[in-house]
Amino acid sequence: MLRNVPVISVAHLQKRYGSFTAVSDVSFHVEEGEIFGILGPNGAGKTTTVESLQGLRSVDGGVVSVLGFDPVTHAAEIRRRIGSQLQESALPDRMKVWEAADLFGSLRPTGPDWHELIADWGLAEKKDARFGSLSGGQQQRLFVALALANDPQLVFLDEMTTGLDPASRRVAWDLIRQIRDRGTTVVLVTHFMDEAENLCDRLIVVDSGRVVATGTPQGLIEEYGGGVRVRFSNGGADLDWLREVPHVHDVARERDRYEVRGDGPVLAHVAAALVAHGIAPVDLRQERATLEDVFLSLTGEAE
Amino acid sequence: MRLLAKMSWLEMKLFLREPLTVLFALALPLLVLFVMGGVFGNEVDAEFYRGIGAMDYYVPAYIALVTASVGLISLPVHIAGNRELGVLKRYHASSMPAATVVGASVVTTFVVALFSAVLLVVAASLGYDIGAPDSIPMVVAAFVLSALLFASLGVLLGAVLPNSRAAQALGVLLWFVMLILGGAGPPPEVLSGAMDVVGQATPLRHAIRTVQDGWLTLDAGLSWLVVGFIFAVATAAAIRFFRWE
Ligand SMILES: Nc1ncnc2c1ncn2[C@@H]1O[C@H](COP(=O)(O)OP(=O)(O)OP(=O)(O)O)[C@@H](O)[C@H]1O
Ligand SMILES: [Mg+2]
Repeated sequence: MLRNVPVISVAHLQKRYGSFTAVSDVSFHVEEGEIFGILGPNGAGKTTTVESLQGLRSVDGGVVSVLGFDPVTHAAEIRRRIGSQLQESALPDRMKVWEAADLFGSLRPTGPDWHELIADWGLAEKKDARFGSLSGGQQQRLFVALALANDPQLVFLDEMTTGLDPASRRVAWDLIRQIRDRGTTVVLVTHFMDEAENLCDRLIVVDSGRVVATGTPQGLIEEYGGGVRVRFSNGGADLDWLREVPHVHDVARERDRYEVRGDGPVLAHVAAALVAHGIAPVDLRQERATLEDVFLSLTGEAE
Repeated sequence: MRLLAKMSWLEMKLFLREPLTVLFALALPLLVLFVMGGVFGNEVDAEFYRGIGAMDYYVPAYIALVTASVGLISLPVHIAGNRELGVLKRYHASSMPAATVVGASVVTTFVVALFSAVLLVVAASLGYDIGAPDSIPMVVAAFVLSALLFASLGVLLGAVLPNSRAAQALGVLLWFVMLILGGAGPPPEVLSGAMDVVGQATPLRHAIRTVQDGWLTLDAGLSWLVVGFIFAVATAAAIRFFRWE
């Protein structure tokens, strides 16, 4: 397969609604077989961005290519090859689950068998239920299943797990990984940091219509997470010599509790140094910033 | 084509699952028929009804009226409502062709109008002494053209109106104006000058004349052309203005 040919490339995407600029400068690329995350606070422009890529919205600026097509001029070509779970859409209330699956499945007769798809997404018993009678999470799972009904090369999932219970979310993650393993590229818009951390190979953080960070979840944590913190408690003496330990930048103490900041293998060096000084705290532990900390600091919502 | 067939079948099932809509589509024409029949009977009065019996006049007129009620009310409410809810957006994102989505609604509308018209004719021939159509092919042709005319107007309304409430309001208003002034209510002969001019401008007036033309061998004049012309214009406009969201 053509590795390293981006499935999606976006350069300086811009989109205005009237005089309001929803997306002012978004650039990124997605490679084949990736699960690519788009994170950002409410109103950041995530949905606008992914819907522009699907040719569902006109764009006001930038160069975009999806599967080699321009969504402005070749939207139909793109839509035929992608799957999409929209943040907001609906089916007729009186349409039954199997009818929807059958209908969307017949768009691509060579696609997966809809019975299996429905079963994968936990809707086998709801086959004959009307769309309007499904719970929010069941409707959501149906939409994800329908997004896969045409055996897409690329699938857009806009808040796929919003409204799912914890068990269903785990199942959804597994299913998404399986889809990726079969070669489908996935673009995932999410508000769940654990989801992004678990699922995404790379991600961007968008804020106010701009990309504020790009990288792997681990890479972002290392870059923006403010390093490593090691904590322990001990008698209350000043342990200033810890500053000389490799990889340590700083030591702070509050009564008997210590916090050592640094980066890299701080824990190992601090542990060794403490033991060498005859100190063996039972609560010695390392704390790393989470993706959530990174997200909050990047999008200015920490305070 | 297979997709259109599947979608149409599905649309018809969805239609049947809405009891109130079914009742409206099938029972309303019968209600109008029996009210009017009760009032006017089928006496011939040379001054009114183009010189024929009231029921001989009204039954073909109601066939046209039936196509107008499903076309002008049910169809726009359906399309605008689906846009409002995001159903059309869902179809669009999955590359369901517009021709399939709209076509299935038109097919459903057509089938409902057909059922409703047959029911009407059966009820009328049981209840009143109405004559058989002079030319069945002409009546069928007029019915098909009339159904297409109002379906195209309905798709146009559904395309330009923002939501189902607006579609319902405007659809009912247009239908009612056409009913009164188009010749499906009071006989056209009693309409005063200005009202008759407006009546002449309603598509329903011409649709009625084409059906009556086939049924009673009356001269429909230019009405066949007018119906065809409005259908063509409305279809072009509907294609031009159709929106998914
Ligand atoms: N059709 C529209 N007309 C006008 N403004 C819009 C429209 N759609 C979105 N916006 C505005 O554009 C901005 C970005 O919206 P968008 O839906 O892309 O945000 P988002 O990042 O997906 O947010 P969320 O996390 O809440 O889903 C918001 O301020 C929103 O109010
Ligand atoms: Mg959104």
